[in-house]
Amino acid sequence: MSTELDAIPSIIPTRRDDAIGALEKMVSQGLGWARKYSLFQYPFVTACCGMEYMTLASARYDLDRFGAALPRFSPRQADLLMVVGTVNCKQAPILRRVWESISEPKWVMAFGVCASSGGFYDNYATVQGIDRIIPVDVYVPGCPPRPEQVLDGIMMLQAKIQGQHHQLTEGKPLPVLGQAPRQR
Amino acid sequence: MATIVIDALVARFRDPVKGDGVTGASVGAGGDDTAFVTRERLLEVCQFLRDDPGMQFNMAPYITAVDYLGQEPRFEVVYNLLSTTRNWRVRLRVKVSEQDAVLPSVCGLWRGANWFERYCFDMYGISFTGHPDLRRLYMYDEFVGHPLRKDYPLRGRQPLVTELEVPEEQFRGPGPARRSE
Repeated sequence: MSTELDAIPSIIPTRRDDAIGALEKMVSQGLGWARKYSLFQYPFVTACCGMEYMTLASARYDLDRFGAALPRFSPRQADLLMVVGTVNCKQAPILRRVWESISEPKWVMAFGVCASSGGFYDNYATVQGIDRIIPVDVYVPGCPPRPEQVLDGIMMLQAKIQGQHHQLTEGKPLPVLGQAPRQR
Repeated sequence: MATIVIDALVARFRDPVKGDGVTGASVGAGGDDTAFVTRERLLEVCQFLRDDPGMQFNMAPYITAVDYLGQEPRFEVVYNLLSTTRNWRVRLRVKVSEQDAVLPSVCGLWRGANWFERYCFDMYGISFTGHPDLRRLYMYDEFVGHPLRKDYPLRGRQPLVTELEVPEEQFRGPGPARRSE
């Protein structure tokens, strides 16, 4: 027997909730705007696509226009992992470890057809796409891709970042060295 | 030009009692001079080619193997030698059977042969006695089998980390997709 109580949603948004939600949305949008224009990349360059990556990063195509200028050669300082080139089975644990070392928030771009799907290296040694190892946000096809394609991929990634939910803190206190994390 | 080398090899390693060290030879253009050498006298032939003042083959630019599946003996190891003083090239071919795929190492003669012999061991499973460090060169130690043998499956991948599920498997042409199939 249905009563009128069933029609009431379990969480009733109040004006306070609305206000907090709107504020969080504003913060999320602002953080997304900040994060999409300050992509610090970690180039995981393994093969010939690296040449195209150099063209992309240098003056003619100028990745700096999109805020992704500075390659960081430590995964701790990066937030965009660009897998540039073929990844074989021997390298898969290395790639996984680099991806785990990057702190949140992090995004992954598969640069070129080998990183996306293994390409024509359908043999005993090659991983058939890095999405079998790590989750991927943007795939850029091409062997190697034109720099314009990669710029397009960067812009699509920026749109994706803008649409994602961001928050200032996770609501967790920072861990203190030598102490168990406090429960909130 | 390098007919001298082939003639010298055939003449020097002729042995009616124990069998010829060089079982066959052919002269070709552009470094295609080839001598078929027996496994037992391979080191002797190499030593002669390197140390004889008329030869001075002081470099082994490439050593590889071939798998003739279905023939006996099954494998053939190919030594490409170069004399930098005379600008001669010669190719030695040694047949090895599958059951006894062992050759003497030439690392003592040419240090550069080290990685080539490791390569042959990795890809074809031919071992070399006297090699200082016979490990796999390209594949990882966990890998089972030798991938360039003709009876190894084309897509016999042996992943080191557990792979994530990929939504749809694409058709990639005929042949088994995994080693177990």
